[in-house]
Amino acid sequence: MTKPVLTFTERGIYCPAGDFFIDPWRAVDRALITHGHADHARPGHRRYLCTDGCAPVMRHRLGNISVETVKFGETRKIGDALVSFHPAGHLPGSAQIRVEVAGEIWVASGDYKVVSDGISEPFEPVTCHSFITECTFGLPVFKWDSQAEVAQELNTWWARNAAQGKASILGAYSLGKAQRLLAMVDPEIGPILTHGAVENTNEVLRHQGYRLPKTIYVTPDINPKNHPGALIIAPPSALGSQWARRFGPASTAFASGWMRLRGVRRRRAADRGFVISDHADWDGLMYAIKETKAENIYATHGYTDIFARWLNTQGYNAQVVPTEFGGEDDEADAA
Amino acid sequence: MKDFANLFTTVDQTTKTSLKTKALAEFFQTASDDDKLWTIALFSGRRPKRAVTTTQLREWAAELGGIPLWLLEESYPIVGDLAETIALILPPPNRHSDLPLTHWITELKSLATLDIDQRKTRIVDAWDQLDPTERFLFNKLITGGFRIGVSQKLMTRALAQATGQIEASLAHRLMGGWTPETTSYHDLIEAEDAEADDSRPYPFYLAYQLEDGPEALGDPADWQAEWKWDGIRGQVILRGGTHHVWSRGEELMTDRFPEFARLTDFLPDGLVLDGEIVAWEGTQPHPFNTLQARIGRKTVPKKLLQDAPVILLAYDLLEEDGQDLRDQPLEQRRARMEALLRDLPDDAPIRAAPRLSFDTWAALAEIRATARDHRAEGLMLKRKDSPYLSGRKKGDWWKWKLDPLTVDAVMIYAQQGHGRRANLFTDFTFAVWDGNDLVPFTKAYSGLTDDEFRKITAWVRKNTQQRFGPVRQVTPHHVFEIAFEGIHASPRHKSGIALRFPRMSRWRQDKPLQEANTLDDLKDLLETYG
Repeated sequence: MTKPVLTFTERGIYCPAGDFFIDPWRAVDRALITHGHADHARPGHRRYLCTDGCAPVMRHRLGNISVETVKFGETRKIGDALVSFHPAGHLPGSAQIRVEVAGEIWVASGDYKVVSDGISEPFEPVTCHSFITECTFGLPVFKWDSQAEVAQELNTWWARNAAQGKASILGAYSLGKAQRLLAMVDPEIGPILTHGAVENTNEVLRHQGYRLPKTIYVTPDINPKNHPGALIIAPPSALGSQWARRFGPASTAFASGWMRLRGVRRRRAADRGFVISDHADWDGLMYAIKETKAENIYATHGYTDIFARWLNTQGYNAQVVPTEFGGEDDEADAA
Repeated sequence: MKDFANLFTTVDQTTKTSLKTKALAEFFQTASDDDKLWTIALFSGRRPKRAVTTTQLREWAAELGGIPLWLLEESYPIVGDLAETIALILPPPNRHSDLPLTHWITELKSLATLDIDQRKTRIVDAWDQLDPTERFLFNKLITGGFRIGVSQKLMTRALAQATGQIEASLAHRLMGGWTPETTSYHDLIEAEDAEADDSRPYPFYLAYQLEDGPEALGDPADWQAEWKWDGIRGQVILRGGTHHVWSRGEELMTDRFPEFARLTDFLPDGLVLDGEIVAWEGTQPHPFNTLQARIGRKTVPKKLLQDAPVILLAYDLLEEDGQDLRDQPLEQRRARMEALLRDLPDDAPIRAAPRLSFDTWAALAEIRATARDHRAEGLMLKRKDSPYLSGRKKGDWWKWKLDPLTVDAVMIYAQQGHGRRANLFTDFTFAVWDGNDLVPFTKAYSGLTDDEFRKITAWVRKNTQQRFGPVRQVTPHHVFEIAFEGIHASPRHKSGIALRFPRMSRWRQDKPLQEANTLDDLKDLLETYG
């Protein structure tokens, strides 16, 4: 029996034929990176390879690193492996990585969502034999309403707060989710203010040519009183902090797939929870898996045991990825 | 149902009590009498009789949602609420109606006379015309436990605002054995002379925890001290020639403690006593785990009645000769109570909880230190001139508990939480050293901050050695201080001991693994405090 194309090691997903890792969580010689979130793009590797859309954010976050870039769909030969990156729809520049060795094809999904969000390159199914899929929301209770419906709720919330003289503070992951929200809100309602973490990312993406509405970076010089009825987008950790108090009376909200669960919504103790995720919902996961035409599914990151059990009843040969890396950052509810 | 769903949404979207009260008061001003009555009933722990089982609901929901039953079952603990799980799994409704809350309750009650297939048809038909929030509430009506962020106290306050009545008198009206089937909104809330309900208890007066020492309370002579017993707070009512026993959770427990039937032989009618129900072994209570065997049993086997007979350690008299005494000073209520109980035979299932005599706070602190010897959790301090208030009020009554016992233990298993903590690892198993082995001895779920739970969650993901379904065995590395209220021998546990109220009191990141406590340390604690 031949060696598998990808294996699961203590450092992460490894390709013996090409001697490289995908999103490794310990320092390696060569790392292929699906996207720039901190739990996938970690510091300390000698060489990085990612899409040209992903590189600027990664450089911004990791500083002086050695990065080589590829375009979506472009094939590279690394050792005996053919490697290409394909849109994952998770955030701008995010990719699934296809690895082919002697005609055997594996795809590592990274994180993905299958619906178009108006800013990320839309998800593209890649035919393969084995598919390593995330399943953050791999339970049938997770189903997302359409982006248009959530956008309407969001804008109604903001407009109502503005009419009542209140600020609207929205907690969202600073890379990806924040920009997606910027693409969803109606800038006619009022000014949009951003926390530094969000604005830094905006800058990088604007520079790459992604179009975002006008935002005002909240520096110490900014007087919130000069921006009544503003929408403020900040990382979840900034809500309830000293930083957030400067805006005076405010309604608070989180934007995350976890907001689908009333319990999590209540734990975050925000006024509102908007169900909007950068990950695929239950139907999205099932769609993606079906489209790959893969027989072997490896479930990682999420309710892996339950999800793999379900896939096995659906005729797939599904397994749980034995090791798993957790997010170091404290944004556990931001997904 | 729309109005009720809107009320729920408003209440659910805020953490501010004032906004919740306002929303509820507005509802009470606009809803029909029937809807008001049912809303009061639901928020005071009453619900329509269950016409379908939750098992049936699960099966039907899974079928409609196109998933196998096991997948619904696996999702339920993660969501943390069955009504919500079902609402999330069902496909979108095909039509929409706007029928009032009372309609759906009547519909549920009418299922009782139908066969199972008809019941299913009617439930599925209801789901098909309710939006997700309405479905969640509809399911809640069936599954019960209507806890949605509105306490009975908050509801009572809103009702007081809406009707202009006094909150305390409304609170009293709402207690007792009424159901929406046996009364009307008018009779319950508005009628001049609400029909006297013999079983109706008084709202319990609850003490606050004394965080610092008692010195700030002033002159010790103004205070009465008693043991804080580790039993079940209960109110015993003798009216109309019979007796009723209520728990603090406003649950009628008369049948669970048949011992109290004999009270009518010893005591006059028109009497209400507040006290602690404890399992009694002649001179002092049994440990709480003996009483625990009695809780949750609606009827009590004879053997258990013999092994663990209960008595009431009475500490307050709320009513005598049918007269409400709650406004009188504690000292007087207490004197009247002691006079009533003084000459009872030893085998009467009641006695006055002893008052502890002390002259100075320092002397009282010494008494408190011996609480465990008396099977008590600490002390209760009550101002001698205090009236009997309702609910948790600061000032006159304080509980001064012993510091908990603690051990330093090693985390060895972790499991994800549910509901509020669905995406965090929060349920841990802890072990102590037995030679070179780690022996599991307790689980604990609470005590850490959200931030600490997030950190430990990231760590668990990276340090999983093995999985047993949802349970992960992790590398022994982290030491936690486990605080608990009591310890007793338990043959059911591998370690031979069981703890009462274990929780994580500190994450000992300063402590090396090897310095965690040992099984022998636990056995010493068992010897001393068990």
